[in-house]
Amino acid sequence: MTHGLTGGFAAPAVEAAATFRAVLQAMARPGRIERVRGAAPPPPCSPAAGAVLLTLVDADTPLHLAGRHDGEALRAWARFHTGAPLVGPGEAAFALGEWAALGPLDAYRQGTPEHPDRSATLIVETARLAPAGARLTGPGVRDVAALSLPEIAAFARNAARFPLGLDFILTAGDRLAALPRSARVEAG
Amino acid sequence: MTPDDADYTFAYLDEATKRMIRRAVLKAVAIPGYQTPFASREMPMPYGWGTGGVQLTAACLTPDDVLKVIDQGADDTTNAVSIRAFFAKVAGVATTESTREATIIQTRHRIPETPLTEDQIMVFQVPIPEPLRFLEPRETETRRMHALADYGLMQVRLYEDVARHGAVTLAYAYPVRVAGRYVMDPSPIPRFDNPKLDRSPALMLFGAGREQRIYALPPWTRVESLDFEDHPFEASKPDRPCALCGAEDSYLDEVIVDDAGGRMFVCSDTDHCANRRAAGAQASAP
Amino acid sequence: MYVATKGGERAIGAAHAWLAEERRGDPATPALTVAQIREQMTLAVARVMAEGALYDPDLAALALKQARGDAVEAAFLIRAYRTTLPRLGASLALDTAAMACDRRISAIFKDLPGGQTLGPTFDYTHRLLDFALAAEDAPPPPAAPEAPPASSPAPRAAAILDREGVLQPEPEGADTPPDLTRAPLELPADRALRLQALARGDEGFLLALAYSSQRGYGRNHPFVGELRVGAAAVEVEIPELGFAVAIGEVALTECETINQFAGSTTEPAQFTRGYGLVLGCNERKAISMALVDRALRARELGEADADAPAQDEEFVLSHCDNVQASGFLEHIKLPHHVDFQAELELVRRLRAEATAAQAAASSEAAG
Repeated sequence: MTHGLTGGFAAPAVEAAATFRAVLQAMARPGRIERVRGAAPPPPCSPAAGAVLLTLVDADTPLHLAGRHDGEALRAWARFHTGAPLVGPGEAAFALGEWAALGPLDAYRQGTPEHPDRSATLIVETARLAPAGARLTGPGVRDVAALSLPEIAAFARNAARFPLGLDFILTAGDRLAALPRSARVEAG
Repeated sequence: MTPDDADYTFAYLDEATKRMIRRAVLKAVAIPGYQTPFASREMPMPYGWGTGGVQLTAACLTPDDVLKVIDQGADDTTNAVSIRAFFAKVAGVATTESTREATIIQTRHRIPETPLTEDQIMVFQVPIPEPLRFLEPRETETRRMHALADYGLMQVRLYEDVARHGAVTLAYAYPVRVAGRYVMDPSPIPRFDNPKLDRSPALMLFGAGREQRIYALPPWTRVESLDFEDHPFEASKPDRPCALCGAEDSYLDEVIVDDAGGRMFVCSDTDHCANRRAAGAQASAP
Repeated sequence: MYVATKGGERAIGAAHAWLAEERRGDPATPALTVAQIREQMTLAVARVMAEGALYDPDLAALALKQARGDAVEAAFLIRAYRTTLPRLGASLALDTAAMACDRRISAIFKDLPGGQTLGPTFDYTHRLLDFALAAEDAPPPPAAPEAPPASSPAPRAAAILDREGVLQPEPEGADTPPDLTRAPLELPADRALRLQALARGDEGFLLALAYSSQRGYGRNHPFVGELRVGAAAVEVEIPELGFAVAIGEVALTECETINQFAGSTTEPAQFTRGYGLVLGCNERKAISMALVDRALRARELGEADADAPAQDEEFVLSHCDNVQASGFLEHIKLPHHVDFQAELELVRRLRAEATAAQAAASSEAAG
């Protein structure tokens, strides 16, 4: 049985700072792919998703683990390293899992007209991440960007709710990209 | 009892506080122009001295960053000096006066004249983040207006200006509309600087410590200064060149040089002015 | 030739050196010790602890020394230090009914269980300067007579009215109250959050608001049901042990006011209450806080025309913090020449346009 005590950041302040900058650049520039390091979470969690958890999630942010990610090893690791309460999708500030396991998106908090920021951020584990596929426009994109997304329709619907909606961090291995709700998504 | 420097973590703030600020920054980036509330902390400088900007910079800094701090466009104004020294001490980061070399630029009241790049983050210090505040003092009301995108009150106020003076008379903190949705206060930059907000290659972050708000302009975001079809927005233009470097397109400080009405106009952006002079530029003889 | 001012760094260094000199004063006078401030400037120390929102008399005394006696500056020093401390947990609710009172008075009963204890109060001193204190080496005052130990516990005065049903009950809140220092203030705020804000709010601001409510701006007829000053035990639940452990005690001032409240045809008349609780000994602040708390309940209690300043939650909570207020107020002394220049150019242009328009109008009239 995994105790979950290992695999955290060796130098938390500095590694969290680097990971945050990567996530910030990704969120500010949809389509941009960043590399992060320092986390070694138990499978099936990717090192990139692990670094994101260590950087953004704590006791103040309920976490939903979906599908294969809701296993004993990762639960123990996430609990030990972040202190986040593990919850269902409706209460989650962050959710982690593969695309098929995370849905339906309506189950998550979408924010309110007065507080659109009170919405969940979904960390979507993908097999590959490439600057190709869906066509992205909007804030953060100079002309047009491309990003491999697991599907189009759900993200397009999410963007149509702006300023409400979810924000996504996509992870694959040690790489990540992001898709804020402000990005308009079309088939590439 | 007395904390020494070793008691403070990288970039001063404890990790839990940085996580809280970082989460707010990401939501702010995802909702351009929306003021995201955050649990601003007391900082070791007073509210009003840039605590919002300082918290943003602290949350964004990595050890590899090169930090520039300006106040009124200048690197050598006392508060810029003080904030730069603070981060050199608590984060050990390299600092610079050069806009080109900087990766993070914290500013109060100006955007540098040197064009920004994709690799830079601008951090603005914001006193009053709410663009509607001077029309409606209640947060409960202005929050509702933003929710409904109800900006009629602002349009009326600006139109009254046009009717009375023939133009909108806001010289600084001129409100903008972000990506066609939220009306945003660009912080008290002169309207001269407003065009630099539109489709900027750099990420722009705004922090209001006392008012506990963070907001953002992602790169390349459309930022329109509010105006009317028959009275389009005009950025102010300098009436004259800089008396030191001769620049004709830079924002100028008016400096009183004697007690007989003597004055001269020089670049507010000291780095820009110094670079131009180092490259051989000078004011043409009057 | 004009050279842009340089030397901000040197100026700051020199200013700090001068400030240190001014703080020390004449070196021929012995330096104050932190212990002297803590023991002899106790009310200043209490104010700094309350507004700094940190219970530590030594640090508060140090802050006063460093701040040259400026209570608001000292509170700011404490806040800036406090914010770097880890939050290890929350105590159980303090049981102020069980606190060891140095002073305990009720204005609504001549006598009550536990008795009236005047305690170390300025109330009946004649405000005559005591020139004997000016002597450098005045002997310590003779010991005050000791009261016999209290024969009975001192239940809250309000509890007596509670039993009779003439006081509106305040059901115990089940939820963990929100924490003003960990979440941004959100309006409307519930009473727990309002009380937190008031407890660390500026004494002068609360005094003025409370006074305005007494004078008719949101009048609600307060009686001091009880005022107590003393020390209460702080208990923390230790999960490993499964029970609460006292980790120390804090000096407190608590004030509960009893206020008039006309009932309605459907509800029998009942008194209502306001509540003030302040770290350290500070009666003025505790009473002010109770009055403002009660004023802020006007809407919830269905009072008509609840629009006086002291009844305006957003107004009061947005402006009661003196660290915020003095920072923002004083920041206008920082350089603003960029904005001023923008405004100056605009005014010059508007004047030029108006003058030109006048000239055109008068030449038209003349022509």
